[in-house]
Amino acid sequence: MTTEILHHSEDAHELHHNKEAKALFGFWVYIMSDILLFGSLFAVYAVLHNNTFGGPSAKDLFSMPFVLIETLILLTSSFTYGLASVYARHHDRKDMVVFWMMVTMFLGVAFVTMEISEFAKLFSEGHSWQASGFLSSFFTLVGTHGVHVTLGLVWMGGLLAQVLKYGLTQTTVGKISTLGLFWHFLDIVWIFIFTFVYLMGAL
Amino acid sequence: MTNDFKVIDEQFEAGRNAINSYVIGFVLSIALTLIPYVMVVNHMLSVQTAVVSVVGIALAQLLVQVIFFLHLSRKSKPEWNLIVFIYTILMVVFLVIGSIWIMNNLKYNMNMADASPLNSNEGYIPQ
Amino acid sequence: MLGNLTLAALPQDHIVLGASIFMGICAVGIIGAITYFKKWKWLWTEWLTSVDHKKIGIMYVILAFVMIVRGFADAVMMKAQQVFSVGTSYGYLPPEHYDQIFTGHAVVMIFFVAMPLLFGLINLVLPLQIGSRDVAYPFLNSLTLWLTVAGAALVNVSLAIGEFAAVGWLAYPPLSGILFSPGVGVDYYIWALQLSGAASLIGGINFFATIIMMRCKGMTFMRMPVFVWTVFGSMALVIVTFPIFTAAISLLALDRLMGMHFFTADFGGNAMMYINLIWAWGHPEVYILVLPAFGIFSEVVSMFSKKKLFGYTTMIWAVIAITFLSFVVWAHHFFTMGAGADVNAFFGIMTMIIAVPTGVKVFNWLFTMFRGRITFASPMLWLIGFIFTFTIGGMTGVLLAVPGADFQLHNSLFLIAHFHNTIIGGVVFGYFAGLIYWFPKIFGFKLSESFGKATFWAWIIGFFVTFIPVYILGLQGMTRRLSHIDAGTGWEPLLIISAIGVLIIAVGVVLLILQFVMGVIQRKNNMDTTGDAWGEGRTLEWSTSSPPPFYNFAVIPTVHGRHAFWDMKYGNAVKETPHYEDIHMPRNTGIGFYIGGIAFLMCFGIVWHIWWLAGAGILGIIIAAIVRSFDYHTEYTVSAAQVATIEGARTNK
Repeated sequence: MTTEILHHSEDAHELHHNKEAKALFGFWVYIMSDILLFGSLFAVYAVLHNNTFGGPSAKDLFSMPFVLIETLILLTSSFTYGLASVYARHHDRKDMVVFWMMVTMFLGVAFVTMEISEFAKLFSEGHSWQASGFLSSFFTLVGTHGVHVTLGLVWMGGLLAQVLKYGLTQTTVGKISTLGLFWHFLDIVWIFIFTFVYLMGAL
Repeated sequence: MTNDFKVIDEQFEAGRNAINSYVIGFVLSIALTLIPYVMVVNHMLSVQTAVVSVVGIALAQLLVQVIFFLHLSRKSKPEWNLIVFIYTILMVVFLVIGSIWIMNNLKYNMNMADASPLNSNEGYIPQ
Repeated sequence: MLGNLTLAALPQDHIVLGASIFMGICAVGIIGAITYFKKWKWLWTEWLTSVDHKKIGIMYVILAFVMIVRGFADAVMMKAQQVFSVGTSYGYLPPEHYDQIFTGHAVVMIFFVAMPLLFGLINLVLPLQIGSRDVAYPFLNSLTLWLTVAGAALVNVSLAIGEFAAVGWLAYPPLSGILFSPGVGVDYYIWALQLSGAASLIGGINFFATIIMMRCKGMTFMRMPVFVWTVFGSMALVIVTFPIFTAAISLLALDRLMGMHFFTADFGGNAMMYINLIWAWGHPEVYILVLPAFGIFSEVVSMFSKKKLFGYTTMIWAVIAITFLSFVVWAHHFFTMGAGADVNAFFGIMTMIIAVPTGVKVFNWLFTMFRGRITFASPMLWLIGFIFTFTIGGMTGVLLAVPGADFQLHNSLFLIAHFHNTIIGGVVFGYFAGLIYWFPKIFGFKLSESFGKATFWAWIIGFFVTFIPVYILGLQGMTRRLSHIDAGTGWEPLLIISAIGVLIIAVGVVLLILQFVMGVIQRKNNMDTTGDAWGEGRTLEWSTSSPPPFYNFAVIPTVHGRHAFWDMKYGNAVKETPHYEDIHMPRNTGIGFYIGGIAFLMCFGIVWHIWWLAGAGILGIIIAAIVRSFDYHTEYTVSAAQVATIEGARTNK
């Protein structure tokens, strides 16, 4: 009798585990498709970035120190989220998970705010997305990344609520890993934006 | 049910070395951000060398983040997480390189026909 | 309050008005009938909220059949216009309406007939073939269905409220830009396809993951049925191409809504980039559609030749080769755009290379038939018709792949004949064969064979009568999308022959519907009691009963070879008394349906610039997603005892 119960609960454990692994894999495949979405936008930017229609080019517009700070903030948030997931998996420390997730959210909000202020500054100087093909593709590429980050933040808020409500169960820890994939992925996309839009634009 | 679809290495994430890995990754990626930044802002290299090295550093940064942040599992056989990743990278490279090639080829041909570009809307000034 | 939506959007001319009224009567009739028979609750609990892959598959097929009527009506109207609109007569359709009809025909046929049929068939069969109880993400499966339905509904609403796009099925800018298409037609097009595209992408992820994760024990990749392999290739393409499509039409939408300059003719836009992106999706899309058809034919040919498939391994490698090659040929759709010889030569040669693995498959089917004991059941007839038709279509495709020849044939009717040859001859014939072939598995009885054969003959004769003249017209220089021709061209006789062909296909469509109707009426004579409906099944779907129980397999099978069910039937495996265990099944949920409905309203809001509706829609979808993520009870358990009871009742029947 006891062994049978044991067997059953192991079965349930295995089943649950499988469910998390399945969700994670599906999300990984979704990220693959997102890579193609960003790939298309990068291709558009590559084709249109010289079509300034007589207006300013990348070299004239962007403030490099500002972008560097943005980049460092996003990099750090990726790191702090990593800490949250380690505490979730290894130490089972709910307080630390909540703390590091909140730090990550703070950094994420800071990043989005900086991006919005950069957009607002460009807009107020008359360099809106309507000014040229180059600016359309710039706003769309960077803006799509920003929308992804924003959605990631909404998700992180919801997940934080679940961690507070249910604690670090197998399900919530699985969800923390899933969001982790997304967050690190956005960091990687930003590296390419930083390189191809900002650094190469400044050359 | 088969079990070859693990994406991240949970055992590693739960282990002792996970924090070290995140720290190493963080330090490396900060370095790989600052180096090209300093190079570009101070115009230390010629444009061509700068482009090559900046792109090279970005690819190194990609590797660093994938290895030290994502902790992709290498245990499942076959490694489906890596197979789909490599497949996607291959396809995105086809798409981006192919598009740039096709579109530049168009521009090239249009300017061959006429030294002053017909489509002045493009704002394209031939060198 | 209602944005750009005014009374002027309601239909003005009598043809559109008639169609809208007909649509309205149908809708009222269906709603009335459901209310009269008090079936709302049954409809909601058994179907609309279902996450059972078999039911979702059936609903997909129903959607496809509703839309095929719409798409086919468009085709008949086009052909009729071309017959009447010669010389001094201008036919019965004004040009702007004719333009909407050819756009609507293509959009409906590709996105709302072919894609739903594809996902319907995959849903019906794939989990059974891999020995699984469900797909990887049952909720997402329901979501994809309802997003597709929402897209289809948007296309149909455009008939009554406003107008549809008049720009051709891929909506090339700058014609589709706000400057030249200021109406809502292109917006309907964009947002209907956004919904359909998102659905396809989610569906692609779902089935890709299903094949990787949900195969039963022992089913290695090289033991999978060929249909599963072709779906795998197709879904791998969906995952990497539909994001490109989404990106392309989103940028077009940004051009139209926010005044951006991606594809405009001024301010540094580049319309050619749209054409490049849309074909980077568009070419793989045809392989997404046709690869599973190849898989269906591979199953059919083996079944009705009473032989195992010739060259399984080469078949698989051909699928893999096609998957990769189809991604590097897209520029052959715009050889005339002005790229140089190196670009055109590269893409031309890649296109010719893709004919090689396709040819390998054709020979494999032929060699499977060779020395087989062929039964000419209707799926087999579709296969033989397919081999003829598709080979012709493939060869005209290789002709078009020569850039020099393409400069002459580009946008002529020769091209139209070519792709109808591959899409009707390949995709449509394949899906029909699959539907007839797997129908007894899903419903427990076979369809009427005599009507099935009659349907086939009407379609194949009608097809050639329609499209051989179209090839000739193309060679004579007639371009596509003409709503009027001069009398001096001498094209009229061929157009009339072509229109007669369409009438023969129309008979085929009626016979097709009769095939289903007669099948239901005569079902007592055609019951499938064994589960192995055609008697020669080799794959796992035939090992369970017809129709399968909601959990598909009482005991998940273990596979020891490529012909899993054959081994069970004829191998020396010891028959054990089954040992039942608890089964975990996903719970039904209405959230997929709700999100579909909200998405429809949201897109309708964007089309008409009703911004509060669009905003509320986005918010609604986010809230629905959050509600779903807080639901931790998405599964229920069927106990072993219950399974034993159900199985006992089934075997005693």
